[in-house]
Amino acid sequence: MSTIVSESLFQQLVTGFQEQETAAEPAALTAIRQAAFARFQAVGFPTVKHEDWKYTNIHKLVSQPYVLNADVAIDNLDFSAGDIPALDAHRIVVVNGQYVLTFASLEAEAGLTVKSIEDAVEEPEFIAHFAQHADQTDSALVALNTALYTTGVYIHVAKNAVLSKPIQIIHVSTGVDEFFAQTRSLVVLAQNAEAEIIESFITLAGTAKNFQNKVVEVVLKENAKLQHYYLQVAEAASNYTFHTEVYQEKHSVYNNYNCNFPGASFVRHNINVRLDAENVESHLYGINLTADDQLVDIHTIVDHLKPHCESYEWYKNITQDSSTAVFNGKIYVREDAQKTNAFQQNNNMLISDKSAVYTKPQLEIFADDVKCSHGCTIGQFDNDALFYLRARGIGEHSARILLVHAFAFDVTSRFSNEIVRAYVEELASKGLDRN
Amino acid sequence: MLSIKNLHASIGDKQILKGLNLEVKPGEVHAIMGPNGAGKSTLGNVLAGRDSYEVTEGSATLDGVDLLDLSPEDRAREGVFLAFQYPVEIPGVSNINFLKTAVNDIRAYKGLAPMEAKEFLRMVKEKQQLVEFSANLANRSLNEGFSGGEKKRNEIFQLAMLNPKLSILDETDSGLDIDALRIVANGVNQLRSENNAFLVITHYQRLLDYIVPDVVHVLYNGRIVKSGPKELALELEEKGYDWLKELDAQNAL
Repeated sequence: MSTIVSESLFQQLVTGFQEQETAAEPAALTAIRQAAFARFQAVGFPTVKHEDWKYTNIHKLVSQPYVLNADVAIDNLDFSAGDIPALDAHRIVVVNGQYVLTFASLEAEAGLTVKSIEDAVEEPEFIAHFAQHADQTDSALVALNTALYTTGVYIHVAKNAVLSKPIQIIHVSTGVDEFFAQTRSLVVLAQNAEAEIIESFITLAGTAKNFQNKVVEVVLKENAKLQHYYLQVAEAASNYTFHTEVYQEKHSVYNNYNCNFPGASFVRHNINVRLDAENVESHLYGINLTADDQLVDIHTIVDHLKPHCESYEWYKNITQDSSTAVFNGKIYVREDAQKTNAFQQNNNMLISDKSAVYTKPQLEIFADDVKCSHGCTIGQFDNDALFYLRARGIGEHSARILLVHAFAFDVTSRFSNEIVRAYVEELASKGLDRN
Repeated sequence: MLSIKNLHASIGDKQILKGLNLEVKPGEVHAIMGPNGAGKSTLGNVLAGRDSYEVTEGSATLDGVDLLDLSPEDRAREGVFLAFQYPVEIPGVSNINFLKTAVNDIRAYKGLAPMEAKEFLRMVKEKQQLVEFSANLANRSLNEGFSGGEKKRNEIFQLAMLNPKLSILDETDSGLDIDALRIVANGVNQLRSENNAFLVITHYQRLLDYIVPDVVHVLYNGRIVKSGPKELALELEEKGYDWLKELDAQNAL
């Protein structure tokens, strides 16, 4: 059995960490990485015995070796799979765990700093916030990322700066070797700053199986506003674990729109929001349209720590073929968080009788003067509605697409960006057209 | 136009239509009356193609086209329109979007290009006046939160937009107050022409005061047991349906 163990990703990572070149890094960062690796090494990868991983088995993903930090040629790569029609945005491209490519238009934007995370280690906001938020959780995958991330994006928007257009980050997977990669990003919006970040995930043709563990920390200072989109349009070769950790100060607004479409075989996304000041607003929206053997697992924590905050979460899952969707939404309303307004809803539409949905809304309230609600539904196509549409001359296929759009409407109608909304609706139609 | 011969249909194990014959010519309005459970709504649903009903025998053709072989959408494209007894609420689908899709799918079936947006909106404006439908209602989600009367008016609005050959009104009068009834009937009367026909399914003679039929049929136990001029409706109103049982027994012999 020892040969199998030595060929596992875990063993590779242990070796990789010992060999990691840290001489160029500030000593404080090296210390953070070492502490993080010790945490990871102590617990290892999560298994289905962990309550939070009950329906999501990463055993198969981590029990094989991968190439770590493979070199890939970045000339002539085609990023068009990440194009959003009619969207005018600043572009950043992240390739595997190796490269961050930034483009000239970013420099012209007043108040905006964009760097690769390895170039940002001297930035005061990096020193103040890196690994200060995500690493507070007991996530082994975050610890692993902190210990061994190789690249990522650092974004800082200065006080009072309002970006003129969105920043689109295209995460590209490519390469002929099976690889494991980790990126780490930090987004800090200073007081009154406003930004929109759209992250797209694509897989280039002919890419070998890959497993990517990505962590993003977001810090919103007083009255800052961030619109944050995740659009997973990758291919079956790609597998992702994501962790998004959001820390908000007073009067800040964080809106997350998390969309997964047929593509990546495995997606696990933990999104945690800490509302650690008064009058904070957080909105988490999601649409997951799954197909084939895909698994999309969303775990969220909305943690109300202070009074007078509002959180609003709405996830819609549409499962096809033998795919699986998992939703787990925790809301904590702490003792101090009086006058909290917290809403959570998860609706599921099973299109195929071989698909599965596991949903678990959880609400824990320790304050007594709050308004909270949560709920979830699981259903199928409404045959009466389908017949009604068909009886008006609408073809069965179009009718199904109309009904899925209608199902998603509660979420899509809240998108802040009409262009992204149209793009997502188109992706939903395409995702249904496959069958 | 519509020709139904010896139609038998069942739902599950239950035989509901047991040899129904009906001929409807262009320009005619036929009323179908009868007691609960006679098979009135089944007839409408079978013609429109609801798949919970199984046709076991007989035929139904519209201008020579065999309806029973077609999908519900193709029947609609051939010119069948069922005004639902219980219109479905579909939140998130706007009335207008829905109608545009329907109009253009029907046009595509006939080999026509999609309707110009301007022309479509002109038609919406014109047709919604027929049923005193406000722009506000037209722009809302399909039937969502509509009152009973608004839903029925929306059915007639859709009917006007799609301009079918054969319209089947399935208890369109149920749940309507007298004002809404008048509006709906008025809309239907304006849509009547030499080229289309209406099958009006109803329990009550009241609707037929407004939509005057050419022929009244009495459906009982899955068959048409009596047909006659519009006065037959009044007779039914007076005598009820009990006497039909005798008639049915005689027919069965």
